[in-house]
Amino acid sequence: MTPLSQLFEKTRSENRAALIGYLPAGFPSQKECIEAVTAMVEGGVDAIEIGFPYSDPVMDGPIIQAAADLSLSQGTGAREVFSTLAAVTALGTPAVVMTYWNPIERYGVENFARSIADAGGSGVITPDLTIEEAHPWRDAVKKTGINSIFVVAPSTNDDRLAQVTAECSGFIYAASLMGVTGTRTSVSSSARDLVGRVRKVSSTPVAVGLGVSTREQAHEVAQYADGVIVGSAFIRLLQESQSMGEGLIRVKELAQSLAQGVRR
Amino acid sequence: MTVNQSEIIGHFGPYGGRFVPEALIQALDSLTQAYEEAKADPAFAAELAHLHKTYTGRPSIITEVPRFAEHAGGARIILKREDLNHTGSHKINNVLGQALLVKRMGKKRIIAETGAGQHGVASATAAALMGLECVVYMGEEDTKRQSLNVARMKLLGAEVVPVTQGSKTLKDAINEAMRDWVTNVDTTHYLLGTVAGPHPFPTMVRDFHRIIGVEARAQVLELTGKLPDAVLACVGGGSNAIGIFHPFLDDTSVRLIGLEAGGSGIESGKHAATISGGTVGVLHGTRSYVLQDENGQTVESHSISAGLDYPGVGPEHAYLNDIGRAEYQAVTDDQAMEAFSLLCKTEGIIPAIETAHALYGAMKIGRELGPDATLLVNLSGRGDKDVDTAAKYFGLPL
Repeated sequence: MTPLSQLFEKTRSENRAALIGYLPAGFPSQKECIEAVTAMVEGGVDAIEIGFPYSDPVMDGPIIQAAADLSLSQGTGAREVFSTLAAVTALGTPAVVMTYWNPIERYGVENFARSIADAGGSGVITPDLTIEEAHPWRDAVKKTGINSIFVVAPSTNDDRLAQVTAECSGFIYAASLMGVTGTRTSVSSSARDLVGRVRKVSSTPVAVGLGVSTREQAHEVAQYADGVIVGSAFIRLLQESQSMGEGLIRVKELAQSLAQGVRR
Repeated sequence: MTVNQSEIIGHFGPYGGRFVPEALIQALDSLTQAYEEAKADPAFAAELAHLHKTYTGRPSIITEVPRFAEHAGGARIILKREDLNHTGSHKINNVLGQALLVKRMGKKRIIAETGAGQHGVASATAAALMGLECVVYMGEEDTKRQSLNVARMKLLGAEVVPVTQGSKTLKDAINEAMRDWVTNVDTTHYLLGTVAGPHPFPTMVRDFHRIIGVEARAQVLELTGKLPDAVLACVGGGSNAIGIFHPFLDDTSVRLIGLEAGGSGIESGKHAATISGGTVGVLHGTRSYVLQDENGQTVESHSISAGLDYPGVGPEHAYLNDIGRAEYQAVTDDQAMEAFSLLCKTEGIIPAIETAHALYGAMKIGRELGPDATLLVNLSGRGDKDVDTAAKYFGLPL
């Protein structure tokens, strides 16, 4: 059982949702990324998603695109992703990598899964890998014992929902709305419907992402989901802050606020 | 020949497939179904054929170019004149087909990406014709390089959105169109302009362009009494090339030659020759050859031709390359411009700079094969849009 799966057992026993924070590796820099993640964990984030910055992120809105561009301009690659992952898991925090498919294929599918496991990572979220193309990934995941997390969307029909969720372990990533990552003023009502439909076909924990940025939104999602994923809101704070010191304080404050939200 | 049998659920050997956010699967499935139903419906084929006859100007003619051929080893050179289509390129073939599908699916809004602007203009044209809302995503760099086509799209009633992310060229325009589609998929059709992207686009777009090769094959047979020795076309994403190649796949005596944009030369690293100088990867929803670095990040492409300036290529071309049925060669900016100038001065035809890459290929292959050879070249587009670029290249005052 991965640390991530253990986390969901714990949060379920505590009758609350898990708070999952996202940050791209190498943003704002390699060292500062680890500082920011540490602040997130200190503020109460339960698990971390480390993003593998990619040149063509079609699922991401302007905030994450800008963060990924900055990270890539500083030369972030697979080595930096895995070292960041290792630094996070060394904190004792469950962590996964979120990456588009091409960097995995380029690195070597089985090697990638093995490097995740070697860094103490619990698994990988693959937002553009469809189950039809997942054969080599499925084998690599099985060999290395890491979690395989696919994304489902409000447009995913019930038959397909059963197929995709059957491929998931650790948790199922439910996209709250039809759209790209970013902060929104409200959480789409389609999120609750989607989680409800997932419950009918799978007992794997479900975490909701896309557009969650406030304590109120986290609280609302925590009423029906096992996990709440926040990314762009943390990144925006770091982008807007005048100094890294200020950014770290604001990141920790947001984490504290969200951590209260996920407690029902 | 096993070429056609390998096309199982959107794959071409190891290439193709679907690498997209789950949110798009429903739309891709609906599109696949709508396309399959339309293909089986004689009324759809009849409507498209009528539009091509009365609006596109099909069949496009073929033109033999003996004065140009004197510079190509004296080989017999025949051009398929897609430049004479309405809107000035082959792009209209696919756009009208997909626009008719949009009507069948009951959607009212189309989005498109464009590099040189040819596909954007064709999309804006079809939208005007059929009363659809049209938004075209275009890299900010390309809106500057191709300002004439930006104005054309606006005159036709389309909204042109300059894309400022990433390298600000065609690949980033596709990213932005995909983001729009993920967000508005219920009301919107993504009218993809080349034979790349997730299934069913590579197959569907190819089918809409097959008319080029079907017509040309019959026309060349009628003119010469035999099949050509080689068929040549430029390859960016590869839509005009697959359109003219496909009906010749089973004619094994016919060489199929794709000419990629070699930019400043493959060895310079500044090129867009994806098959000649790239590696296997996934970009924009499909597995094919890609220009990428060791981390799988897409590398910026370079070409004097905005329409070929793309770091990916259609998956069927990747497959045809690997099985040896088609061959792909790089043509540099300078070589393409040499052929561009030659066709202007020997035949009175100003080709698109994209197409000039194929013309240089004809000069080279003609010299290799000599006067007994017959070469069919897809003249995919006209060069009006490139007058500014060409004038600068040749140092003409504007």
